[in-house]
Amino acid sequence: MHATFLRYELLRNVRNWRFILFSLAYPVVLYFVVTSPQQHARFDGVAFPLYFMAGMAAVGTMIAVISTGARIAVDRSAGWTRQLRLTPLTATEHLAARVMCGFMMALLVIVLVSLSATALGVSLSAGAWLTMVGLMLIGLIPLAVLGILLGHLVTPDSLAPAVGGTIMLFAVLGGAYGFLVANSGAMFQVIKALPSYWLVQAGKTEIAGGGWPAEAWVVIAVWTAVLVPLAVFAYRRDTSRV
Amino acid sequence: MTTRDTSGGAVVLSHLSKSYGDVRAVRSIHLTIAPGETVALLGPNGAGKTTTIDIVLGLTRPDSGTVSLFGMSPTEAAGAGVVGGMLQTGSLVDYLSVRELVTMVASLYPRPLDVADALALSGCSGFADRRTRKLSSGQAQRVRFAIALVADPDLLLLDEPTVALDVEARREFWTSMRAVSGRGKTVIFATHYLEEADAFADRIVLLAHGSVVADGPPGEIKARVGGRTIRATLPDADLDSLRALPGVIGAERRGDAVILTCAEAESALRGLLGGFPSAADVEVRGAGLEEAFLVLTADKTGGANELREVN
Repeated sequence: MHATFLRYELLRNVRNWRFILFSLAYPVVLYFVVTSPQQHARFDGVAFPLYFMAGMAAVGTMIAVISTGARIAVDRSAGWTRQLRLTPLTATEHLAARVMCGFMMALLVIVLVSLSATALGVSLSAGAWLTMVGLMLIGLIPLAVLGILLGHLVTPDSLAPAVGGTIMLFAVLGGAYGFLVANSGAMFQVIKALPSYWLVQAGKTEIAGGGWPAEAWVVIAVWTAVLVPLAVFAYRRDTSRV
Repeated sequence: MTTRDTSGGAVVLSHLSKSYGDVRAVRSIHLTIAPGETVALLGPNGAGKTTTIDIVLGLTRPDSGTVSLFGMSPTEAAGAGVVGGMLQTGSLVDYLSVRELVTMVASLYPRPLDVADALALSGCSGFADRRTRKLSSGQAQRVRFAIALVADPDLLLLDEPTVALDVEARREFWTSMRAVSGRGKTVIFATHYLEEADAFADRIVLLAHGSVVADGPPGEIKARVGGRTIRATLPDADLDSLRALPGVIGAERRGDAVILTCAEAESALRGLLGGFPSAADVEVRGAGLEEAFLVLTADKTGGANELREVN
């Protein structure tokens, strides 16, 4: 990891306040709008505010890491990635810095959604909260890399639908909006093979008890192992000519 | 520390070729550049300048041929931090000040210049704290120069560094560039301005249709491409006697007018006015670079109709 490069990458992200505002506002506003009227409802035997917190944390963090990664499309069109190819900075160092920026945003989202949940009466033990945060950050790794890959497949003017559509698809299938499109059969098997499903489950460790099953670790590891080389390849190929 | 093998030259290109579809952007270029040389790649649009620079920088892979930079491949040279490049790119990244951007780039190199020095050398000190998106095109161009410079590279490549700059900004750029040269760096820059190549380079490599058509000191190249033409209305003159005038290398007729291609326009003009007192509407002008290229390359490639845009 290249510390100075990372510091300025973070600075660039922090100064883009419109991006931050909208990334944070969506999960928090949606959380309050959906949860407030049913603050005392129970769902699957769990208090609804806790249940929906897991979903909104998953959606918010996915927006954070996927769109931060995908904004490499903007840097590409400015010729910045080509300029970086002339420096000793390696592709992996560059992409790692970008993933870290997405993770800083993701942490901010988790904190804000958690505070919103607290305001609606949710209380989690420190241990349960930390387990949730830890598992979510791990589950976000392949999604952050997916964002970078997307950023190489699109141009800045097609960024919005590509990123929005991808996030929506993963969020809905992963059950982030509070329901699953299937909870048995082949479709459920597909859903369980998605990192977003386990991202949502990470927020429900308090509900299910304990951490992820082995299956979750395998899913996250396989997605990561497939996406990282693809993203590095896309980066190298792309910088060869704009 | 990296060992710099400069025995064969700072930059050695052999048999480089690159095509984009059926456009042959670079055709078997051979070039050896010694350490400390300042070389201009001069040529019209589509001559293969950008493709050559991109290949040297390792941004484009040639179809065939090899590149050696101080004995290293372009990727190894970039990794060792010995190459700086100023690309012809769209814009600078946003949300940083000029100083921050240059500091960020400096941090990537093993032995960078002091950021304040790089800003001063490139003429950016006056707007170092301004955000990159608020710069004029001349200022942005100087920031790109600062980015290439701050690496303190042994080899500096500049792809049309003054393109889109007005005359004043162009002059300022070359003033900065002069401050940088003379530090033992090897510099390669692409341009389509003969005057720039002449004023700044030790050596001009003339490219047309992806091939080197001339290579030598500026004086020599200028003599070859910097000829002039005289145009005069002279309805009944004999072309052969016009060709015999001192300093004239060619004569042709266009309606009532004749056009003389001259090696030495002054003596040709004296001879014309002395020997043909009826000459009217006399005009002397510099042969354009493009015309000169066409003359130089017509016998090699079959003429003007092959001139294509590649970049």
